Amino acid sequence: MSAITPSPEATRARAVLLGRSRWGVAEIIFWILAFACYWLFPTKLSLLSEIAILGLVALSVDLVLGYAGIVTLGQGAFFGIGAYAAGLAAKHGMGTTLWSDPVIGLFIGGGAAAVIGFATSFLVLRGSDMTRLMVTLGVALIVDEVVNQMKWLTGGSDGLQGVLPSAVLGIWEFDLFGRVAFVYSLVVLFVLFVVARALVKSPFGLSLQAIKGNMLRTRAIGMPVNARLVAVYTVAAFYAGVAGALAAQTTQFASPDYVAFHRSADAMLMLVFGGAGHLYGGLLGSIIFRTMQDVLGNITPQYWQFWLGVTLVALVLFVRGGILGLLGNMLAAWRRKGGAS
Amino acid sequence: MLTILLDGIAYGMLLFILAVGLCVTLGLMNFINLAHGTFAMAGGYLTITLMQKAGVPFLWCLPAAFIFAAVLGLVLERTLYRHLYDKTHLDQVLFSIGLVFISIAVVDYAYGANQQIVNLPDYLTGRFSFLGASIGVYRVFVIAICGLLVVSLQLVLTMTRFGSRLRAAVDDGRVARGMGIDVTRIFAVTFAVGSGLAGLGGALGTGIISFDPTFPLKYMIYFLIVISVGGTTTITGPFLAAILLGVADVAGKYYVPAVGGFIIYTIMVVVLIVRPQGLFARAAAK
Repeated sequence: MSAITPSPEATRARAVLLGRSRWGVAEIIFWILAFACYWLFPTKLSLLSEIAILGLVALSVDLVLGYAGIVTLGQGAFFGIGAYAAGLAAKHGMGTTLWSDPVIGLFIGGGAAAVIGFATSFLVLRGSDMTRLMVTLGVALIVDEVVNQMKWLTGGSDGLQGVLPSAVLGIWEFDLFGRVAFVYSLVVLFVLFVVARALVKSPFGLSLQAIKGNMLRTRAIGMPVNARLVAVYTVAAFYAGVAGALAAQTTQFASPDYVAFHRSADAMLMLVFGGAGHLYGGLLGSIIFRTMQDVLGNITPQYWQFWLGVTLVALVLFVRGGILGLLGNMLAAWRRKGGAS
Repeated sequence: MLTILLDGIAYGMLLFILAVGLCVTLGLMNFINLAHGTFAMAGGYLTITLMQKAGVPFLWCLPAAFIFAAVLGLVLERTLYRHLYDKTHLDQVLFSIGLVFISIAVVDYAYGANQQIVNLPDYLTGRFSFLGASIGVYRVFVIAICGLLVVSLQLVLTMTRFGSRLRAAVDDGRVARGMGIDVTRIFAVTFAVGSGLAGLGGALGTGIISFDPTFPLKYMIYFLIVISVGGTTTITGPFLAAILLGVADVAGKYYVPAVGGFIIYTIMVVVLIVRPQGLFARAAAK
């Protein structure tokens, strides 16, 4: 087979796609800072690993909501499934190191969530936003009920006790101060982030954004819309499952709280805080969200909920596109001013 | 058996009164309002306050709850909600969840997180037996009031000028506007009435369901089930859906408590898959 010379259009399209996927300076600084937190905040490591996990969930919601435009309130279900699958693997695989290895656990958690995600992805292909909202919520509620009822497996409302994962890759034992947990969570987040980044900058990612923009037209130009949606929903479920597995491993615990409605809602709120449709939106959102929760929640839990509500209302009414949207607007305004003077 | 059926019907009717306003919001303005339970909570807590602090008789609390929630709805609609009609569904969901969080925090601050209990007047608390079944007087009272409301709602919708305008606006808002119908005003009025009914439902509900600050979040799911199963194009659809849900919930909790809410959620998902526009809705092209 002889090599095909690409047409000029194809070359240009290739250049555009490659240009989009180049790493910016701000991105590199962000990740250096993220890893530097290990030395910057040595007393806050468990909070930080929690933020990394939440960021991963927000990233998963971003794939579905920010890129493909499916309104979902059910990501908590996949988070919970991942947590229980990894937790059970670590608990019952105690003797054999293979099963209780955290990295294998991640794949078990992510895989279990992806299977359920794939099975339920066909449910979100039909209907309006409202229907999707209800269906995803319904699936999450069903998972919640199942987890609560299957006491013999999940421990019911007491939660899954005795999750003791072995050392990461057989080398690093989880310690009391959460050092290993933090580095482990952050590395997993980083790896999955790079994958997600490649995914959304690829033609596949572009097609998702096209579907979000106008599903009918995308279908009309010959895009397999349903297949793409199924694919991204499954991938997002995998991400949420891995996040759940991380949570179960680092806290050595899994409870029905992991599946509860507020998990799904929080994940969506974090993403919207940061800015949906940007990969960094979910990460920034989770940082701000969890920090706010920590600071305000320490005063009283009600304050936190009150200010969360106020922030949401204000965000919807006055700010488009979350924190990143706000920054983008400010940057644009600053550039305009700079250009005029 | 009959007891459970009647309890279920009473519960279902209550759910309908609570949710009917949401049905209009969604059908008329295509607005996803997750904060609808807030108005019900407002009515419920007003009743609790009036009865416990001011000693107002229960029957007077009902209209008071209606007016209070209606005014609250009107004010919020005019100041906040109307900015969101042309925004995306996601924005609407976020906005209304934000309102729910605020209301939960405010009620929690004012009343504490405990469940509130109302002492119903004596003439409503008894039980009597009918055809061998023991029936609570209060259940009958609720069914009577809700039944009356349903009939009058249906009459207003089908017989009056306002009703026909409202139906026109629900069917196609743009054309209705073009015909000179003031859709914005109709909507404001309906929103207020819907909120008021939710408030009334909340007040009635104090005798059946326990109130705590998380009420809007807990019952949001039930409202949404009623709406999504019943559809938003008619009033009978959500009504039947609410009765069905009420009976199924009460019977389910009584006969198979281990399964819990599982049946209801499954039914909801299945209905949504098979008929995304709702079980009883006409196959409307919307």
